[in-house]
Amino acid sequence: MAYSEKVIDHYENPRNVGALDAKDEAVGTGLVGAPACGDVMKLQIKVNDQGVIEDAKFKTFGCGSAIASSSLATEWIKGKTLDQANTIKNTEIAQHLSLPPVKLHCSMLAEDAIRAAIQDYKQKHRAA
Amino acid sequence: MVTRPIYLDYQSTTPCDPRVLEIMLPYFTEEFGNPHSRSHAYGWRAEEAVEGARGHVAKIINADPREVIFTSGATESNNLALKGVAQFYKAQKDHIVTCVTEHKCVLDSCRHLEQEGFKITYLPVQPNGIIDLNRLRDTLTDRTALVSIMAVNNEIGVIQPLAEIGKICRERGVFFHTDAAQAVGKIPMDVEAMNIDLLSISAHKLYGPKGVGALYVRRKPRVRLTALITGGGQERGMRSGTLSTPLCVGMGVACAIAQAEMREEYARLCTLRDRFYNTIRSELEEVYLNGDFEQRIPGNLNISFAHVEGEGLMMGVKELAVSSGSACTSASLEPSYVLRALGVEEEMAHTSLRIGFGRFTTEVEVDAAAQKIIIEVNRLREMSPLWEMSREGINLKSIQWAAH
Repeated sequence: MAYSEKVIDHYENPRNVGALDAKDEAVGTGLVGAPACGDVMKLQIKVNDQGVIEDAKFKTFGCGSAIASSSLATEWIKGKTLDQANTIKNTEIAQHLSLPPVKLHCSMLAEDAIRAAIQDYKQKHRAA
Repeated sequence: MVTRPIYLDYQSTTPCDPRVLEIMLPYFTEEFGNPHSRSHAYGWRAEEAVEGARGHVAKIINADPREVIFTSGATESNNLALKGVAQFYKAQKDHIVTCVTEHKCVLDSCRHLEQEGFKITYLPVQPNGIIDLNRLRDTLTDRTALVSIMAVNNEIGVIQPLAEIGKICRERGVFFHTDAAQAVGKIPMDVEAMNIDLLSISAHKLYGPKGVGALYVRRKPRVRLTALITGGGQERGMRSGTLSTPLCVGMGVACAIAQAEMREEYARLCTLRDRFYNTIRSELEEVYLNGDFEQRIPGNLNISFAHVEGEGLMMGVKELAVSSGSACTSASLEPSYVLRALGVEEEMAHTSLRIGFGRFTTEVEVDAAAQKIIIEVNRLREMSPLWEMSREGINLKSIQWAAH
């Protein structure tokens, strides 16, 4: 399968690979996908007092499109408020990366990862 | 010139050996006769060439040339063996035994026969990829017409115990067919010693041309089959159609070369394979070989690199032409059915690469490939949440994953 240039760029030079301290109150962690399905994404956000995502990190087990989708997602959510980040759609990710139909699930997973990270952050703060 | 990837996919196909091509070429042009023309020298010369080729094909499996019929490839040979025998003997026998790790063309032929009312037993394999002979013995009945078990698996390279299977079948009066597309020219094959009644060969898996293959059909005791392709009655009525003289000639030369060089090439590939595998294992943790290590052709390694997805890895090693048992490479989105049949978990099936070595593989290529894979596996593991979790001692099975 031929990958788009943008997928190749994100795959070869992934942005924001790494981990944040999941126990930190300011950090929200989303873990989505399943090893048996061939892709797992972990996306983390660090939110400041103004409710802005000041840092984001990811780790992904999956194909090039999955890695690229999560890399792009971290790039896009940085600097956004939680509400803004919540509006990012899988279709935008898929379109930006020119994903073929068979790879659309990668972009859906990236959207799920963003939502899961935000939810985790909100849950922590509701409890606190 | 753009440098091409290092070719490590010899189970998929092999390049036509230049020595083979050279001998084929005149049969496209000046020696163009129809090998079935009996009335003039053009036909006689073509026939002589085809019969010479048939002799080489027969010799590499220790058969009589009259027992070899040319086909378009192993897929056709397998179709003919299964459907042809099933149709011919269906009044007395309606049961066929095969195995879950067979090539799709065998499994799909069996599915078609099932729809026509035949009973098919799909034997499981053991975790090393090899069938259990006791289960085979237990499944045979007086209604069993045919056992079809491949010689060498195309994904994991394991060799089935052919002589033992042949012995069991002969004792029970059941025909034994083997898909030997990955075996002929790689390991010694002997239809007499192994009691094989039908055997499929593909030319392009042994450095011959694409588009030609053969089916061995035993004469004593005679195996009969109903032809799938009817017409002029060529190939003793079992496969009509004008033979392609250049393709048959190419297949014959390919068999002759493979037979002459088999011993030496086998040893060379073992050395290359061990060199590659030892390098990988000394540099990377959690690397697992799929399929038996001993009962395996030296030209194949199927390796799972834990916590690194196969398609993602292939993208990283784009300088290498390899294939993956991972889902995404195929249209099905399912991981390899062969690996699943071994009991390899889905996650591990997604992390596998099939690496094939062959006649034109060099030590330099093998070293470069090993280094490239080591670098990429390490890079992708640093990026893998599963690797991170396993390093932290988290049992991945304890997590409630959301399937999607």
